[in-house]
Amino acid sequence: MPDDKSEILQGTLDLMVLKTLDAMGPLHGYGIARRIEQLSQEALLVNQGTIYLCLVRLVQKGWIKAEWGTSENNRKAKFYSLSKSGRKQLAAETRNWERVAGVIGRLLQLEGRS
Amino acid sequence: MSLRQMSARIRACFRASRLDRDLADELASHIAMRTEEHLRRGMPPHDAERLARVEFGGIAQLAEAHRDMRGLPFLDTFLQDLRYAFRTFRRDAGFTTFAILIVGLGIAASSTVFGVVNAVHLRPLPFRDPGRLVWIGNDGKEGDLSNLTVPVTPFLELRDQARSLSDAAAYYAFYEPGDSKLTGVGEPERLTGVPVSQGLFPLLGVEPQVGRLFTGEECRQNLPVVLLSAGIWKRRFGGDPAIIGSKLTLNGRPFTVIGVMPQSLDFGSIFAPGSRIDLFLPLPLTPDVNRQGNTLSLIGRLSPGVSVPQAQAELNILSEPIRVANNRDQLRFVASLLGEHVAGRLRPALFVLACAVGVVMLIVCANLSNLQLARTAARQKEMAIRVALGAGRSRLIRQMLTESMVLSCGAAAVGLALALVGTRLLAHLDALSLPLLENVGVDARVFAFTLLLTLATGLVFGLVPAFQVPARSVHEPLKDATRGSTEGRRHHVLRSALVVSEVAFACVLLVGAGLLIRSFLRVLNVNLGFRPERAAAMRIDPGSQYSTQAKRNTYFDEVLRLVKSVPGVEGAGLTDVLPLGHNRSWSAGAKGQAYSIAHPPPDVFVRIVSDGYLNAMGIRLLAGRDLTQRDTASSVPVMLINQTLARTLWPGRSAIGQMARYVDVDRQVVGVVADVRHLSVEQGSGCEMYLPIRQTNDYASVDLVVRTSVAPAEFAPAIRAALKPVEPNLPAHEFRTLQELVDKAVSPRRFVALLLAGFSGFALILAALGIYGVVSYSVTQRTQEIGIRMALGASAGVLRSRIMLQTLGLAGAGILTGAAGSWILTRALNGLLFGVTATDPVTFLGMIVVLIAAALAAGYFPARRASRIDPVAALRAG
Repeated sequence: MPDDKSEILQGTLDLMVLKTLDAMGPLHGYGIARRIEQLSQEALLVNQGTIYLCLVRLVQKGWIKAEWGTSENNRKAKFYSLSKSGRKQLAAETRNWERVAGVIGRLLQLEGRS
Repeated sequence: MSLRQMSARIRACFRASRLDRDLADELASHIAMRTEEHLRRGMPPHDAERLARVEFGGIAQLAEAHRDMRGLPFLDTFLQDLRYAFRTFRRDAGFTTFAILIVGLGIAASSTVFGVVNAVHLRPLPFRDPGRLVWIGNDGKEGDLSNLTVPVTPFLELRDQARSLSDAAAYYAFYEPGDSKLTGVGEPERLTGVPVSQGLFPLLGVEPQVGRLFTGEECRQNLPVVLLSAGIWKRRFGGDPAIIGSKLTLNGRPFTVIGVMPQSLDFGSIFAPGSRIDLFLPLPLTPDVNRQGNTLSLIGRLSPGVSVPQAQAELNILSEPIRVANNRDQLRFVASLLGEHVAGRLRPALFVLACAVGVVMLIVCANLSNLQLARTAARQKEMAIRVALGAGRSRLIRQMLTESMVLSCGAAAVGLALALVGTRLLAHLDALSLPLLENVGVDARVFAFTLLLTLATGLVFGLVPAFQVPARSVHEPLKDATRGSTEGRRHHVLRSALVVSEVAFACVLLVGAGLLIRSFLRVLNVNLGFRPERAAAMRIDPGSQYSTQAKRNTYFDEVLRLVKSVPGVEGAGLTDVLPLGHNRSWSAGAKGQAYSIAHPPPDVFVRIVSDGYLNAMGIRLLAGRDLTQRDTASSVPVMLINQTLARTLWPGRSAIGQMARYVDVDRQVVGVVADVRHLSVEQGSGCEMYLPIRQTNDYASVDLVVRTSVAPAEFAPAIRAALKPVEPNLPAHEFRTLQELVDKAVSPRRFVALLLAGFSGFALILAALGIYGVVSYSVTQRTQEIGIRMALGASAGVLRSRIMLQTLGLAGAGILTGAAGSWILTRALNGLLFGVTATDPVTFLGMIVVLIAAALAAGYFPARRASRIDPVAALRAG
C-alpha cells in the first residue's frame, strides 16, 4: 500500500503525466519519466520506476491508453496516449489545481501579526 | 473505486502472469533506453547500465507494488491460498474425502430439516394475504370432529354479525376419503371430494387455472357441478383443458366439470395431512345441512387492522347468543391464525429436530477441528519454515481458514445434493401424515441457509487450528523432534477437550433419540382395543339403486355372505367409520336420567356397524351379545356400548338390558365391548356406542372389514371377484389393511424418532472416531515412552489397559457432562414422549452403555497397536 509521501505525489503525478501526454502526444514510459525529470529538475521522481505505478492506475481508470510500438531508436516500447475521458479529466484537474494553488498562494501571502 | 476500475482490477488478478511478463518487457526497454542515453554521453558501458538500474529503483519491489496497484491484493492472496489449499488436499486425499463426507452429511441433515421447517413454518400458505386468515373452530375436545365443527346456521349468523371478520367461508368437514366413486371412464376409482361453500376460494384468493368457480346458484341448489384438483386433472385426464364442460359419473350421478384448481392449492396437505383431495363440490348452506348438526370447518379473513385476540374477543361475545338462538348444548367460536392451526402442532417436534441437527453440526465441527489440529501438529514445521521465510501470522491464519472454507464448500456441494434427494423423498412420502409436506424442497431460502451454514462451519472448524499457528517461536517447532514439547501438550489438552465435548453432545442426542424411540415402541404396544393384524377394509357403499332400507339390508346380507364364502376369510362386518379416521359424536344418556346444561349427557362417539363387525375387527365382547342379522328395523332397537360408556351411565351396575336415549331415540343395551382407540393411538377412547346398520339410515359411507387367515393383501383379488355379482365396479386400489391405518396414525412419531435415531447414530460414529483419533495420536507421540516402559518390563496387557483407561477417561468425562446436560435438556421433549418420563433411567443407562461400548471399541485399536510396539525399534527411532 502506498504511504503518505507517495499519496501526496499521486495526485500531482497523475496531473503531470496527463499534461505531458497532452503536450507531447503518445509517449513511452521512459519518455514520460524523462520529461517530468527535466521539468521538475529531478526533484519529484525518487525512482524512475514509480512512474509505472501511476501509468497502470491511469490505464485502469481509462484516462490513458497503452499500446506496444517501436521507439525512435527502433526499440520495442509501450506507448501511452491520452483518451477522451483523460482529456476531460485533465481539464477538470487543471481547473482544480489552479483554484487550490490560488487559495494556497493567497493564504501564504498573509502577513504574520508578530 | 469505479466499477470500471474494479473490473479491470479483478481481471488483472486472473491475468497476473501475462501482465507480469508485459511489465518486465516494459521495464527492460526503459532501462535499455536509459543505458543508451548514458552511453551517448560517453559513460563506460558497465557504469551506464549500473547507473540506469540505480536510477530506476528496485525492480522486484516495483513489480510487487505494480501487482498490488493493478490488481486486488486481497483477491490475489486468496487465489494463491486457494491454489495452495488444492495442492495440500491432493496430497492428503484421504483426509479431504473424509472431511468432505462428514461435513457433507451434516450439511445434508441440516438443510433437509431446514427444508421441512421452511415449508411448514416459514413459507406462507399458498393463499392471498395468508397472515390475515383465521381458522374458526368450535371449542371442543381435540380429535372429536363433532365437537370442533359448527352447524350451518350459527356459521351464517357469525359471518353476518362478526365485524372483526371481513368474510368467512366453510367446508364440510365430514367428507370421507373415497366418498366419490368415479365410473364410466377407464377403471372405476374412489375419489375424495370436499364440499366447499361458495365463498371459500374467493376468501382464500385462489383462482382456478382453467374454467371457473362455483356460482352462488350452484351452491344454493347443490347442482351437480365439480371442480377438479390439479393432481387428478393431470393424472386421470392428462391435463386436457377440454375436460371443462364434460360430464363425470360420480356415485352414479353425472357431474359437470366447471374448472380445475391450481397446483398450488394443496388442500389435502394443508387441511387433512396425509390425504389427497381430488374434487371440490358445492356445499349448500341450507336448513337441511343445518339439521345435520356440527359439520362445518370455518375459515375467516380478519378485517383490516384487527388482530386475532381482538377477533376472539368479539367471537366470545357473539358465541353465547348464537348458541342460545340455535338451541345448541355447546358452541363457542375459537379463532387462531390459519398457519398456526395447520402447523402449530408440529412445532415442538421440528424444534427438537432443529436442535438435534444443530448439535450434529457442532459434533462435526469438533471432529474436523480435531483432525485439522492433528494435521497442523504434523505441519508445525512447514508453518515454522514459512514464518522463518517471512510469512506473517495473520497470513498463515488466512491460509488455514481458506483451506477449511474450501473443504466446507466441497462439503456443501455434497450436502446440497443429498438434501435435494432427501427433501424430494420426504415430499413424496404418502404414508407420512404431516401438513404441508408436499411443499418440502430446496428453494432459495434453503439454499441461502446452506450457504450460511457452510461459511459458519468453515469458520468454526478452521479457527481452532488457525490459532495453533506458531506465534513467534520459529525456533521450537523446528527443534521439536518427536519428544513431547509444551506446544504438543497444549495441543493434546485442546484435542481432548474437543473429544469430550463431542462425546457429551453425542450423549445428549442418544438420550433424546432413546427416549423418543422408547415412546414410539410404547405407542406400538398400546392396546388399541382391536387387532389390526390380518384385517383389511374396503369401501362398499350401497349404490343409489338400493333406495330403501330393506333393499340395502338385502345388499349387506349378500355382501357379507359372498365375502365369507371366500376361503381364508375368517370374519366380515360393516362399519360407517374406521378407527383413527374421522369421528362424530352425539349426546346420549341413560333413559329416565334428568340432564341439564350443568349436567349434560356425555358426548358419545357413534359407529354404525353390522353383525360380525366385532369379530372382524377383533374387538372383545365383554358382556351380553353381539348384533345379529335379526336386528332389523322391525325388531327392538338395540345397541352395543363400550366399557367407558357403561361405567359412565350405569356406574356399579350391569348395563345389559338398560335403555339408552340419544336425540329422541331409545335403544336397549344388549352388549358391552372393550374400549377402542378411535381418535389416535395415544389418546384414550371416550364413550362409544355401536348402532346396528340394519336399524338406522344415519351413515354416509360403508366400509367392509374382513379378517383373514394370512396377510389380507393376498385376498384382495379373491374378494373383488366374490363381490362382482353385487359390486361390478369395485375400484382396484380400495383395499386398506388396518395395519396401514395404524402405521399412518403413528407416522409423524415414527418420522421424528427415526430422524433423531439417524442423527444420533451419526453423532455416535463421529464421537467414536474422535476418541480414536486422539488416543491413536497420543500413542504415536508416546512411542518412545512406551518403548522405554516395555524395555523396563511393562507387559503388553498393562500397557493396553493403561491406554484403555485413558480412553475411558475421555469417554467418562464426556458422558458425565452429556448425561447432566440431557437431564436438563430432555425436559424439552416432554410433549413428544409417551409412556416414558423425560428422565427415564432405562434410557439413560442404556445410552451410557452404548457410548462406553463405542468408546472402548474406538480405544481398542490404538491400545493393541501400543502393546505391539517393538521396544528396540521404538528406542532406535528416537
